[in-house]
Amino acid sequence: MAAHPQALEPPLANRQGRRRDSLSAWPLIDRLAYVLCWAAGIGLCAVTAAIVLFMFVKGISYLRPSLFVQSPTGSLNQSQAGGFLDPIEGTLLLTALGVAIAAPIGVALAAWLSEYHRPAWLARAVESGVEMIAGAPSVVLAIFGLLVFSQGFLGFLSQRSAGGAVYGRSFFAAGVIMALLAIPLIVAATREGLAQLPAQLREASYALGKNKATTIRHVLLPAVRQDIASGIALGMGRIIGDTAIVVILLGSTLRLEGAGGVPILSTLRGTGSTLTAYVYQNSPAGEGNAAQKAYAAAFVLLMLVLLLNFVVTRLSSSGSGAGA
Amino acid sequence: MKPVLPPPVRRISVGGAPTVAEPAAGGPAAAEAPATGPAGSIAARSSAQSPVAAAVERMRIESVWLAYGERWVVRDVTLPVRQGEVLALIGASGSGKTTLLRALNRLTEVTASASRAGRITLDGEEIGDMEATDLRRRVSMVFQQPNPFPMSIFENVAYALREERSSDRSWLRARRRDLRPQVIDALRRAGLYEEVADDLNHPALRLSGGQQQRLCIARALAAGPEVLLLDEPCSALDPISTATIEQLIVSLRESVAIVIVTHNLQQAFRVADHVAFMHLGELVEYGSSEQVFDRPLKQRTRDYISGAFG
Repeated sequence: MAAHPQALEPPLANRQGRRRDSLSAWPLIDRLAYVLCWAAGIGLCAVTAAIVLFMFVKGISYLRPSLFVQSPTGSLNQSQAGGFLDPIEGTLLLTALGVAIAAPIGVALAAWLSEYHRPAWLARAVESGVEMIAGAPSVVLAIFGLLVFSQGFLGFLSQRSAGGAVYGRSFFAAGVIMALLAIPLIVAATREGLAQLPAQLREASYALGKNKATTIRHVLLPAVRQDIASGIALGMGRIIGDTAIVVILLGSTLRLEGAGGVPILSTLRGTGSTLTAYVYQNSPAGEGNAAQKAYAAAFVLLMLVLLLNFVVTRLSSSGSGAGA
Repeated sequence: MKPVLPPPVRRISVGGAPTVAEPAAGGPAAAEAPATGPAGSIAARSSAQSPVAAAVERMRIESVWLAYGERWVVRDVTLPVRQGEVLALIGASGSGKTTLLRALNRLTEVTASASRAGRITLDGEEIGDMEATDLRRRVSMVFQQPNPFPMSIFENVAYALREERSSDRSWLRARRRDLRPQVIDALRRAGLYEEVADDLNHPALRLSGGQQQRLCIARALAAGPEVLLLDEPCSALDPISTATIEQLIVSLRESVAIVIVTHNLQQAFRVADHVAFMHLGELVEYGSSEQVFDRPLKQRTRDYISGAFG
């Protein structure tokens, strides 16, 4: 349209910025509350900064490039105990496995709960089931998992001893139970997104002669991609951060111990550990008692979580807008 | 109550009067806006001007009652819907006109408590006996708020084109390249193509409100409908976008039957060939837009268009 006339700009001197109302006019109780809010915010910032700084300083000072490429060994001598290559691999593998199981199930559950919710009694039962899993301590889930995966007919998911007993600990077993941790978060985030979509969006699709399933798949789920991604990021955070399931269901072996001859399958059926378990084992509380390696590993863990969150956020935001 | 002619109608009548005598102005001419500006050209078109030669009856609403739960919101309405003309439903809020409109493609069924009595037919076939998805492709709808899908402009239209057949996999096979001509055609019919030709892959939500609404019309047209339902399509738009869309409506009426719900009486007068006035669920008056606005038969119609209520 027409170019903006320049004269419309008011003279700078006449402009007024946002006026601050003066605190002294407030009642005492409001002033106190205001100060407390500030203090809480600053306090939290300080704690966060302390964590990052502390982990950074400690971590960097003990971090050696060799730690990333060496497998850990069970030596009492610190210099011979190797690095944490296997725990890093274990973390990535377990997270990928857990998310791969949790994401489709979580999204499907959320779509069903939000868009169908029928029969109502079943939907309510599923809702409370999801809530229960969300509230269950992971160590409880882990114990339950061990019980399930030690059953004879699930032997193909882990390894069998010579006597026929099923070990019940493997990436498969841990991945499935880890998925349980992530599912409630993915369900909640996806449902939240779906609930915020305007009803019009659904009607617009119906009005074009699309059925419900098509509408969900091609309109609603793409529209809540960001919410799904943030649910997945939260779920990954829980999986990466969990220790109990790794110790109980993954065997927490120093190295990735395959089971059987098939390359990838053998790793998935075998045991291993993750960075969290490694940190625990090497902390002064664990068997390894190599605090320096624990700090280094903890630092790597922190960076890994931040990196994954960053990647997921980028992926979801760059994908939105343009056509699917 | 004074039996004077209502102010809004009088104003249009004055504006429209000279053009009624002007024989050259035809329906298609409305697409080429004269130099007087879009608002002028719209006012120039009047229903008396050029009823499309042969209006064909496509849908018939026969003694239809509609209810949400126990509450009847539409009572015993009988109306024809003809291709080649625009039918406007007017009436105060709560008069049941939107419900009636939504019943025409069974979108009322999205509300679980909705029920219907009476017959609604499309080309003689009761719509309740048709597959809802088939019906809605034939009787498409545009809503009050522009509601493009959060995808690209192209995908918004392509989505409507993709056939829904569980038996064949044409949905999956339909490639962008194959759909392109149809997408462009739909955008052209909605008068949007020239504006977005270079931006087909841009997100639809970045368009202006008026463009979004025309995209929604393009999307509805892409489904290849025989009847187009418009639920106050301009109420969220500025006057210029409104004028553009009104022109579009008038130019489309030859190829599809159009039913429009509107609160804007001037708009109803500008675009409609026939007008149905509803009040509290009942059809009070139905007739040509000239007759309803200039010589309403019922006192209630007279009161409404003179602004006595509603």
